[in-house]
Amino acid sequence: MSPLYIARSKSVAARMLGGEMMVMSAQDSTLFDLNDTASAIWQAADGITPLNEIVERVVCKEFDVAPEAAFQDAEAFVTELAGHGILLVSEQPIPQETK
Amino acid sequence: MVLRDLGSFTTAHQVIIEIGGLPVGVRTDSAEFFNILENRYSGFVNAEAQPLFEFNVEIVPPGKVTEEDEPNVRFENGRWVLERGDFHAEWSPAAGTGMIRQSALPYAIDSAMRIVHSLLLADRGGLLLHAASVVRNGRAYLFAGVSGAGKTTISRLAPPDATLLSDEISYVTRTGEGYTAFGTPFAGELAKPGENVSAPVAAVYLLAKGNENTIEPVSKADAVRGVLESVLFFAKDPELVGHVFASACELVREVPVQRLTFAPDSRVWEMVR
Repeated sequence: MSPLYIARSKSVAARMLGGEMMVMSAQDSTLFDLNDTASAIWQAADGITPLNEIVERVVCKEFDVAPEAAFQDAEAFVTELAGHGILLVSEQPIPQETK
Repeated sequence: MVLRDLGSFTTAHQVIIEIGGLPVGVRTDSAEFFNILENRYSGFVNAEAQPLFEFNVEIVPPGKVTEEDEPNVRFENGRWVLERGDFHAEWSPAAGTGMIRQSALPYAIDSAMRIVHSLLLADRGGLLLHAASVVRNGRAYLFAGVSGAGKTTISRLAPPDATLLSDEISYVTRTGEGYTAFGTPFAGELAKPGENVSAPVAAVYLLAKGNENTIEPVSKADAVRGVLESVLFFAKDPELVGHVFASACELVREVPVQRLTFAPDSRVWEMVR
């Protein structure tokens, strides 16, 4: 299976507030508050680190969860955010200028 | 020749309407509409102010001006285009000029002014909110909520020493470390403009009607959500939407936000502090 790469879209506004990461799509004004795990993935979405590596390095290590379950959850999460234009998802690394 | 020239000569009237410290000039050839403007915005006219820009109002016969039922606000070719069924407005920030085409009714200019100020505030870290606001003991209190949440009701119940800023649209700007609320002429069901005064914002209440008066804390995330639900902003502009989001987060960071459920009873004001 090809690795997935994720990057934060330019069309979002994000703020850490009261310990919660709030992200709003500037396209459709949808507002998300991310839990700790989702927030960790969001912050690690640099376009060059594969999602499975982010899950292993950030999620499994920090939150003590099994890699397989964590990866499935992460995939569902990034798919949902991608649907709102908040994250970009690609099977290739995502260059800086397209984010 | 001279007489013909004199015959076609029309006098332009100008009103400078200053809301939240931002003066906007409105020019019209119609004496009737000029009188409407002077009456409607009487507490907010400042003939001495230097307007940030000027709108020329072209009066057309009553009826639909555009096919847009909902406000449509977009930036194209270097100018803002504002449309709703009863008006069409264009405004070039670079040129400092704009035009509004509408009939000689106050509602259209009122809507256009609300949208213009929502855009001005978005660039300046401020917000236009669907909220009643009141000054008491030198501090402003905001009561945010959608239509039917009780904005006009809580305004009616305000004690005699309270000064109404608005029962419908509150005007909030960033000032140093805090926020200041300004009076607006934008009235709701009270049909009464606010007073043209300002005060530091002491608290924001997310308003709901209930059987008793209660104040509950809300998480920061819920506070941001509640504030954003009350924001008046129509422009589909990703950069400005980002500014509005940032302003809502900053407001929640700086000002206490709580949920206020109230019965239609003036004792609720004993809890507002």
